[in-house]
Amino acid sequence: MNSANAQAKYPGRLSGQESLGKSIVKHGALYLMIVPGLLYFIIFKYLPMFGLVIAFEDYKPYKGIFGSEWVGFAHFERLFSEPMFLTILFNTLTLFFLNLIFCFPVPILLALMLNEVRQHRFKRVIQTLVYIPHFMSWVIIVSISFVLLSMDRGLINELLVAAGFDKVNFLMNPDWMRPTYILQIIWRESGWGTIIFLAAMASIDPEQYEAARLDGAGRFRQIWHITLPSIRSVIVVLLLLKIGDVLEVGFEHIFLLLNAMNREVGEVFDTYVYVAGLQQGQFSYSAAVGFFKSVVGLILVMAANWLSKKFGEEGIY
Amino acid sequence: MIQDKSWGSRLFDGVNIALLALVGLVTVLPFVHVLAGSFTTTAELARKQLVLIPTEFSFDAYRYIFSTSTVIRSIGVSVFITVAGTLFSMLLTVLMAFGLSKKTLRGRQTIMFLVVFTMLFNGGLIPSFIVVKSLGLIDSYGALIIPSAMSAFNLIIMRNFFQNLPEGLEESAKIDGAGYWSILFRIVIPLSMPAIATISLFYAVNYWNTYFQAVMYINDAAKWPVQVILRQIVILAGALTADTTGWAAEDVLPPAQSIKMAVIVVATVPILIVYPFLQKHFAKGALLGSIKG
Repeated sequence: MNSANAQAKYPGRLSGQESLGKSIVKHGALYLMIVPGLLYFIIFKYLPMFGLVIAFEDYKPYKGIFGSEWVGFAHFERLFSEPMFLTILFNTLTLFFLNLIFCFPVPILLALMLNEVRQHRFKRVIQTLVYIPHFMSWVIIVSISFVLLSMDRGLINELLVAAGFDKVNFLMNPDWMRPTYILQIIWRESGWGTIIFLAAMASIDPEQYEAARLDGAGRFRQIWHITLPSIRSVIVVLLLLKIGDVLEVGFEHIFLLLNAMNREVGEVFDTYVYVAGLQQGQFSYSAAVGFFKSVVGLILVMAANWLSKKFGEEGIY
Repeated sequence: MIQDKSWGSRLFDGVNIALLALVGLVTVLPFVHVLAGSFTTTAELARKQLVLIPTEFSFDAYRYIFSTSTVIRSIGVSVFITVAGTLFSMLLTVLMAFGLSKKTLRGRQTIMFLVVFTMLFNGGLIPSFIVVKSLGLIDSYGALIIPSAMSAFNLIIMRNFFQNLPEGLEESAKIDGAGYWSILFRIVIPLSMPAIATISLFYAVNYWNTYFQAVMYINDAAKWPVQVILRQIVILAGALTADTTGWAAEDVLPPAQSIKMAVIVVATVPILIVYPFLQKHFAKGALLGSIKG
């Protein structure tokens, strides 16, 4: 088939483009290159998506996905009637809102402060320091917190005693689970979170500040009237994306914080899936819980993206 | 820019710098405390609350954790999955990113969509576990590498980088009769070393930090990476009665504070060693990732 024929057969296609078959023959090497990666995505991303059918089955490992009995929405009905459902929904939303209120503004504040620094070396040193925790695993972050918060000669408790207070069992007391979670996120991610805001601030025209100064604006007013409005769009987009991620409260992190004492306040969808599925072997039910979470998550992300486009910003996906 | 020298502005700068110095200090103080504590005798740790520079240097904690094979072996596992995993990840990522960067590749929009969609929706824990199990990967090092071999995010960064290389370079090679393979290995990869270094470090940090995959897929304690051992020793220490790691046989007492700190240091140091290299590139990487894929 020559290209004129191809064009006749597929009207509207540019004459430079060949059929898929011809393209594969001509650029075989390129297709060969993407095959291993494509296989990875098919096997480890799309096969599990297909595997979600077990959420509608009474899956038995020895019967396999195709041999197990079909039960429709039974597992979903069970999920919505479990008293645990409201607990994990409440816990997830609570952790999310705490995260939004306490963890989201910190990088903005930190970026505003860094942006005001004129001594470039000092600024770089501080940036270097505050980016470090981002590269530490949650195991390291939580381990260090445990060493600091331990009842047994932990630094914080020693300082409390030295100041005349009683020791606090931060790690076991359920009341301290949420503050610990929030502080660990602030510690690990605040520095890293400044990067995108600092980049947005770097593109502000310095003349705006000059003009404001001539008009007698102090530093705070310059921040309020120039810096903040300039990064508003970035803030809005990140905020919307964050809201889209409401159900993603950090599984690997929370998993490490959970113990028998604080499960009541710390159990979220992902940890519930782990316990019900891998520890108790209820594959189908926990797959249904995971499915529910993923679908709601997808809808929220799409909605957030649509909203951020409405705000006149470019969507991320 | 004309400096604002007013009294208020100077006060602002002073307070701002002081606060930032405090933030920087508070961020790294826990690391310094743990590092110093790991070299301190338990007696000194008991006497002082905050040890930043130990006065009585002691390597006992390290001698202790290296006296059994548990920690050493777990470091070996972590080093292995980090090196092998990073090489494997880079091979898949560079090849696929190069393929996807070529406009002559029909169907690349579809494939890109398939890749991006995995960032929005996934099968979740249980179906992934079933896939890994049916591939026979349970209790193998492969389970720590293959299921997390590619990141859609890294792939997109790499592809964007390849796409932005000047086309002329490849055109002249093509005229000389070079195929895609030699273009990739002789022209594109040498030109992309900064991006390749960045993505490699992202992958390497990820592999070094692996713990949950091991909790899920590895039952054999001898194959646990260092992060899992760290979790066993520091986070689960109180709750762990039937200790499989060999500590209980060595010492009936729970590990002393400095032993825990030494294990934390061992798991942390490799990251701190690559950190200066990471830092050179990561800001750019982080920003690239935020650009539409």
